[in-house]
Amino acid sequence: MNLRSPHLLGIEPLASEEITLILDTAESLAQISQREIKKVPTLRGRTVVNFFVEPSTRTRSSFEIAEKRLSADSLNFSPGASSLVKGETLADTARNLEAMAPDFIVIRHSEPGAPHMLARICRCSVINAGDGAHEHPTQALLDAYTIRQKKGRIAGLRVAIVGDILHSRVVRSNIFLLRKMGAEVVLSGPPTLIPQGIERLGVKVEGRIEAALEGVDVIMMLRVQLERQTRGYFPSLREYFRLYGLTAPRVRLARPDAIIMHPGPINRGVEIDSEVADGPWSVILEQVTNGVAVRMAVLYLLSGGAGGGAEEEIRNPEA
Amino acid sequence: MVEKGPVQIMDAATVGRTLTRIAHQILEKNKTTTGLALVGIQTRGVPMARRLAAAIREIEGRDVPVGVLDINLYRDDLSLIAEHPVLKKTEIPFKLNSKRIVLVDDVLFTGRTVRAALEGLIDLGRPRLIQLAVLVDRGHRELPIRPDYVGKNVPTSLRELVEVRFLETDGEDAVLIRPTPPEAPEAGGRAGMAGQGPERASGRHPEEADRVKQAREGPHDEEPTGRGGGGGAAW
Repeated sequence: MNLRSPHLLGIEPLASEEITLILDTAESLAQISQREIKKVPTLRGRTVVNFFVEPSTRTRSSFEIAEKRLSADSLNFSPGASSLVKGETLADTARNLEAMAPDFIVIRHSEPGAPHMLARICRCSVINAGDGAHEHPTQALLDAYTIRQKKGRIAGLRVAIVGDILHSRVVRSNIFLLRKMGAEVVLSGPPTLIPQGIERLGVKVEGRIEAALEGVDVIMMLRVQLERQTRGYFPSLREYFRLYGLTAPRVRLARPDAIIMHPGPINRGVEIDSEVADGPWSVILEQVTNGVAVRMAVLYLLSGGAGGGAEEEIRNPEA
Repeated sequence: MVEKGPVQIMDAATVGRTLTRIAHQILEKNKTTTGLALVGIQTRGVPMARRLAAAIREIEGRDVPVGVLDINLYRDDLSLIAEHPVLKKTEIPFKLNSKRIVLVDDVLFTGRTVRAALEGLIDLGRPRLIQLAVLVDRGHRELPIRPDYVGKNVPTSLRELVEVRFLETDGEDAVLIRPTPPEAPEAGGRAGMAGQGPERASGRHPEEADRVKQAREGPHDEEPTGRGGGGGAAW
């Protein structure tokens, strides 16, 4: 089985079997990162352009490590965002990238839909590494991998997601994924940061964090994007922590074996207490480790579409 | 074209006796179980390696460790095939360094699987030596690779398929030879190999055709054997 699309643009278009395939493949690839020679020759001779128009350290590093462990050649292309906000310019940049004949473009962009546009222009596989507040599929996949690793399943679990739902692409991808895989999702956060009508995606919304955490198997905390505070979405960081910060007493409302996740980077004392972030429930660092395996899986599975029929003739000398 | 049915060339008793004989040969050649380890190539090399380990335990009263190797990341045709094989686990629960490794697979054909396995093993450590045990050697090597232990030499034509069935994976022990299905003539076989054949849409292709030694055989998925995408034969 392969993925149906040569691109990974979001979780929304994926079927649940495709998600399972990615997670299973990641499980097989995870061992490579644990051995002495952390490299396999699988993507030898393939080129990956990491096209990051928005700043990102961990996602880009994670992709880079995944690419290197599969022996792909990678190059980082991070122009200043200002010259690329217009769609036209992005199209031109895309054509320029395309002219270098990469096999993959991994794109992070502040504009939702930028990866989709790239996918229409380019012949290579496009992987969305986050587009505006739209989707961040590999983050949702690594979250799902971590949940499956810790809980043995995703279906039937209760997952609370707390924080800035409005601006978060991680949330959107996670909602799509968790709903497709049969988990229940409860959201909580300041009312100003919860989009109207989000219930249509099949999730519950609780105003109070305590109500959202009641009996859940998984707690996903979102980073408070500190720049939002100045725009008046909530009065102060201290108040945010008082109302929505994850503290040990609040964690105890969840199931005793609940796990705590965070896409990083964490703001200690804003959305999460240090005691909790470093506590036994936390799987935050395992998420980072799993991110590499999941991104390797995506690269591996998408690279399948690239073979050509013409080469096949050469290789088939039996006739 | 008249369709010939599959021909059984080994039954359960023969498979059992053959594995016992190979176990004896492994002991005879290596003289000791100390430092000896078996590594089965996914999928059917794995039950075979476990059977050999059990036979060695019977004979010698000593356990030899068994590892599992998936070679797909080391295949030499990954850039050629349209649909990637499903990856399985590699689990070697012992250090390879200075071990005597017996690599185990069900069928030896072109030798490309074994080449990939050698590369995969050497990435995991530096064994003292690597030997190769196969249940069936069907010839048609494309690389200079020679088995140390062979269950049965089976001269085949390129148009035939060798199918090894183990109790653990297929519900019975047997080795069969099947003719290539008549509806898949050479041209069709090529299309299948390029991943553009009908099996691509069916989604059943990778598990089976992933075996490099099968690669030239064509779209065996068209065979109405009723095996699902997960199990299936080694070719």
